[in-house]
Amino acid sequence: MTAASATRWTRKDLLGIAELFPEEIALILDTAESFSEIAERPIKKVPTLRGKTVLNLFFEASTRTRSSFEIAEKRLSADNINFSTSGSSLEKGETLVDTALNLQAMAPDLVVIRHGAPGVPQMLAERIEAGVINAGDGAHEHPTQALLDAFTIRRHKKRIAGLRVAIIGDIEHSRVVRSNIHLLTKMGASVVVGGPRTLMPVEMEKMGVDVAYSLHEAVRDADVVMMLRVQLERQGRMAFPSVREYFQLFGLTTERLKGAKDDVIVMHPGPMNRGVEIASEVADGPISVILEQVAHGVSVRMAILYLLSGVHDEVA
Amino acid sequence: MTSLPTLLIHGGRVVDPSQDLDGRYDVLLEDGAVAKIDGRIARPKGAQAIDAGGLVVTPGLIDMHVHLREPGQEYKETVRTGAMAASAGGFTAVACMANTVPANDSRSITEHILLEARRAGFARVHPIGAVTKGLEGQELTEMGEMVRAGAVAVSDDGKPVMNAELMRRALLYARHFDIPVIQHAEDLNLSAKGVMHEGEWSTRLGLAGIPGSAEDVMVARDLLLTEDTGGKYHVAHLSTARSLDLVRWGRSRGLNVTCEVTPHHLLLTDEEVARTKFSTCCKMKPPLRSERDREALVQGLADGSIDCIASDHAPHHPDEKDVEFNAAPFGILGLETTLSLCLDRLVRPGILTLSRLVELLSTGPARILNLPAGTLKPGSPADLSLFHLEDEVTILAAQFRSKSRNTPFDGWTLHGRPVTTIVGGREVALG
Repeated sequence: MTAASATRWTRKDLLGIAELFPEEIALILDTAESFSEIAERPIKKVPTLRGKTVLNLFFEASTRTRSSFEIAEKRLSADNINFSTSGSSLEKGETLVDTALNLQAMAPDLVVIRHGAPGVPQMLAERIEAGVINAGDGAHEHPTQALLDAFTIRRHKKRIAGLRVAIIGDIEHSRVVRSNIHLLTKMGASVVVGGPRTLMPVEMEKMGVDVAYSLHEAVRDADVVMMLRVQLERQGRMAFPSVREYFQLFGLTTERLKGAKDDVIVMHPGPMNRGVEIASEVADGPISVILEQVAHGVSVRMAILYLLSGVHDEVA
Repeated sequence: MTSLPTLLIHGGRVVDPSQDLDGRYDVLLEDGAVAKIDGRIARPKGAQAIDAGGLVVTPGLIDMHVHLREPGQEYKETVRTGAMAASAGGFTAVACMANTVPANDSRSITEHILLEARRAGFARVHPIGAVTKGLEGQELTEMGEMVRAGAVAVSDDGKPVMNAELMRRALLYARHFDIPVIQHAEDLNLSAKGVMHEGEWSTRLGLAGIPGSAEDVMVARDLLLTEDTGGKYHVAHLSTARSLDLVRWGRSRGLNVTCEVTPHHLLLTDEEVARTKFSTCCKMKPPLRSERDREALVQGLADGSIDCIASDHAPHHPDEKDVEFNAAPFGILGLETTLSLCLDRLVRPGILTLSRLVELLSTGPARILNLPAGTLKPGSPADLSLFHLEDEVTILAAQFRSKSRNTPFDGWTLHGRPVTTIVGGREVALG
């Protein structure tokens, strides 16, 4: 066991990367390593969370993240219940606080929540005893995605410190970018964000990153290029004139990766818009690790569920 | 009605910027008016007395920007509870905004508010009429009738007057009644779905931002219209450094422009949203701005560019505020925190003199609204505020007279607290 992972997990919740210490991040990643071999077994199930109840609460559509959590929970033998609804709780007539109190009454051990409004996992965590895992809150944080991204980077590069990571696309609406910035900078990587000026939030550099307004500039010397999904459904606000022009300016092609390091890897949190932010030749090419990210998502989420469930204390 | 007692307030430190007074004086009140101020006044036979030793005595404080929610949203606040909150906070008068349900866009609603205020007592209530019918930004209201009924200004506050031509006509028409048009300066296309100031913290938190320019472009536009119309223009809750510069520019051109700032924009910044982990008591319009803006506002208070402090007291029921940050209504309370906050955070550190604070909380708003108040000159209405400068007080929202609890200052311990108010020569008794 490395010195960095000698720390113990003491938090009730995983709400964001912003509040984590590097040692805690390393602990999750190291724990995920030990869970990753389960996926290779013929019987992909361990009894670790037997008798624990996990609620998956999705207020926003999600296929990948929700399935990933479900598989992680099932492989740990937890009992899981899925609750999904589109729209806010207010539209249903029940306030989020009432939803939280009702959930608490069912005494779950862990609640996984995705919601369109920043701060909702925090709000829930303050009101229920169960551990809360943020599975994405608006454009705020998506900590499990950043952790699985880091896990994937570490697998390929054997380290995070010292790497140059370019994150490119719709920065404004992306929770993935915010969690990744926190994680990568805490772990010693250097981060550049790139994208159209109309999708770049103000004062971005205060998050400790470089800002580039061209793809060419952003990918220069990058060890890792992470493309973000263009949230086409959010483009009513005049952010760019057409998908066609977006691809011309910011779509990743093999040709445009030339300024990056020779051993660059390309990532994408999904779901991809092929031909918008990324060309298929890159997405399906040898430097793409996009499907590995998905596979690692299960291991990382198993590690998080395990650490937050407190079972490591119970057996200790 | 029983006749008013003669009242002698003796031994206090009288601060009245309208007469350049700051010292130990006795104040004699007769028939609801100030009769005399002198170093020592013998208690007239039969007069009641208030020992103001150790207290500050000032012209009655006026909060020219409050929401009393009546008619229509009495579950948030009523004229009565709002007037009680005013008195508890050291104010003798408030001016209430027109965004009630229905809006105060007619004589009958203005009269209704005044009737409820008379029934309530506690503080004077000056209604502000709407600029446009139903606050819809389409047609001007019957301002003349509302002014005759007692309205002191017009404003669509809560919403801006977006249509420039309508704003131009409002500034022109309001001149007939010598009342200010109070603008909630917000370009709705720029503020869009924003819920906090656009800056480092909206970026970090992933919340939609409201750029400072949403306010600035509106103030700039309105100043040009004020110049063209010769109108009387007042900027409500001014919140950015650049808007303040624009007001200075307008003044340098001789325009009739005034502005107010709120205590929360003077004391808090956008970082508070992150520090409190998305507390909805940090959500209001305009939003808490950057530290640079905050510093500029404090500077504007000290150098005289800002005419008054107003709280934008905006009650919301706890159920409405206890929701996701994005879903919560905009607005926080102010009546029961403003005086202590200003005394502790502005006067105590020496940013403002006590006299300047009284100007900002009394003389200034009285002048803007053309009220016979804000002074203790003999013959003036006997409205006074008495407060303690040094006493420690802890803000406890649970004990507010207001019906609502939405304050970001809950639990703050401050020096300086309101003690009592006198309205029309009578000491206000809070039940």
